[in-house]
Amino acid sequence: MKTPRWVPWVYVGPAALVMAAACLYPVLSALRLGFYDWSIGTPWSEARWVGLDTFTRALQEPAVWHSLWITLLFSFVCVTAEMVLGIALALALEDRPGRPLRGTAFFRTLFILPMMIAPIAVGLIWRYMFDAQFGLLNALLGVVGAAPQAWLADEHLAFAAIVIADIWQWTPFVFIMMIAALANVDGSVLEAARMDGANGWQTTFKVKLPMVMNVIVVTLLMRLIDAFRVLEVIYILTFGGPGDSTEILSLHIYKTAFVGQQLGSAAAISVLLLAVVAGLSCLALRLSNPLAEEHP
Amino acid sequence: MNAPALPPSAALRRPGRYRTFQPADLLHYAVLLLLALFCVLPIAVMFTTSFKLQSQLFSTGLNFFFVPTLENYREVLFGDNFDRYLVNSLIVGVSATAITLVLGCMAAYGLVRLRFRGRRAIGYATLLLRTVPLAVLAVPVFMIWSQAGLANSLAGLVLLYVAVNLPFTIWLLYGFIQQVPVELEEAAAIDGCGPVEVFWRVVLPLIRPGLAAAAIFTFRIAWNEFILALVLTDRATRTLPVAASLYVTDIGVDWGKVMALGSLIAIPPLIFTFLAARQIITGLTAGAVKG
Repeated sequence: MKTPRWVPWVYVGPAALVMAAACLYPVLSALRLGFYDWSIGTPWSEARWVGLDTFTRALQEPAVWHSLWITLLFSFVCVTAEMVLGIALALALEDRPGRPLRGTAFFRTLFILPMMIAPIAVGLIWRYMFDAQFGLLNALLGVVGAAPQAWLADEHLAFAAIVIADIWQWTPFVFIMMIAALANVDGSVLEAARMDGANGWQTTFKVKLPMVMNVIVVTLLMRLIDAFRVLEVIYILTFGGPGDSTEILSLHIYKTAFVGQQLGSAAAISVLLLAVVAGLSCLALRLSNPLAEEHP
Repeated sequence: MNAPALPPSAALRRPGRYRTFQPADLLHYAVLLLLALFCVLPIAVMFTTSFKLQSQLFSTGLNFFFVPTLENYREVLFGDNFDRYLVNSLIVGVSATAITLVLGCMAAYGLVRLRFRGRRAIGYATLLLRTVPLAVLAVPVFMIWSQAGLANSLAGLVLLYVAVNLPFTIWLLYGFIQQVPVELEEAAAIDGCGPVEVFWRVVLPLIRPGLAAAAIFTFRIAWNEFILALVLTDRATRTLPVAASLYVTDIGVDWGKVMALGSLIAIPPLIFTFLAARQIITGLTAGAVKG
């Protein structure tokens, strides 16, 4: 019995339609919008075709390059710290083969809390922690006798603040991924390495980590993609300030569109961000495709 | 059989197989405890601050012992349309989750079990859409929704949340459905079950952990998100996180009040986390770590 050709679309069609209408179409119209000069509130018929003008102007804008630089720096620092910390902690705390310690599950529940609570709460929490007047960090500095800092009013300290908040929220993700990956490592291989006289460091760096390298790379890419998409926490924590010292690209797009009312420019910069993220995503897909035909 | 990323949880599921305690484990626990403190302390600070008056903030910075007040909660709960925003948040969260699960299940099932022209294209498009930055969506969606009359409506917000959550849901459920033995479905079909009944009676019970994870992740986005909601709602259709974001101003922040609202927003996801940590961890590791 042959299934009619329309049958698959009964299953896939509705989801495909929603994604096309509310995700793909907006992305494409952001591309198109980049070719027009248009302000919020005016009818679309008044929009002026300006060709590649908006794109070339956006690329000449120092603020755009600054934002791109801040975004790259932020992603690089955060993701590096999270990967190193997450992997180190996972190696230190991994399950002994088949026999976990009592309470392990409870601790892991606590570790995913920072990822699950609202970005608005994360932003508020860290804005409070870094608050010059009431903040816990200055109180701690006071305890050790150091001078209080105006964290969110200083360019470098504000950047440190958004990095610390991100590390707090996402290091547990790397940890959880690595714990899962390490639990999959075949214990007999490690046993064999030990029999051949490998010491602890050698087993870890020459055998164990190479065996989970695929997961490490995928985790790295997932974190990078997400670091490029961060917006909400920084919106609450610093709103890009002081000056534009923490104005990541997402926030720059938001401000250009909804504070500066320049939708065309915002769309053109969006394309830039989209290109970076799409490149990383394609790389991630090549390395680990969840839609692969069969699991081995 | 029914989960792509079982290892950590599978080991934990068997009580009585914990190792016997050794002195060396003390260090292990010390590190765990330190890490847990690092994760939980900032959240605890939010909750304790929500019980403080502005005048108490100064004197009690590091101090967890103070006379708690419910004044902040009283102000938040009975002022500023809290009830309306709460109802909006619930409507958006629940309907976005329900619609995403139904559409996501159907699509994932179709992609796993059926071979058709366009299948690969849909699959890859789905995976790429998952990573679109929300800031990129905000501008065009605001325009299109305004023109289509969807701006400032809860339906418009729900539609958007369904669209941004479908990719992850399909991705997650794809792995789960793949693990369901096709022979079970064939047997049920021979016994006279129609396609809907096969799905309902055979597939659905087996992918329940995946559904739980997908539901939690979708609800988490729909309940927590505030940038798109800020752009797409007005006074009547605002959600709770949007209301909270509006409390943060340049002139100053009424910390007690805003932390009370932040705590209220944080409570549902915290409850889900404690109820279903295993499913959440499965969801986080799905796709990258294979069981």
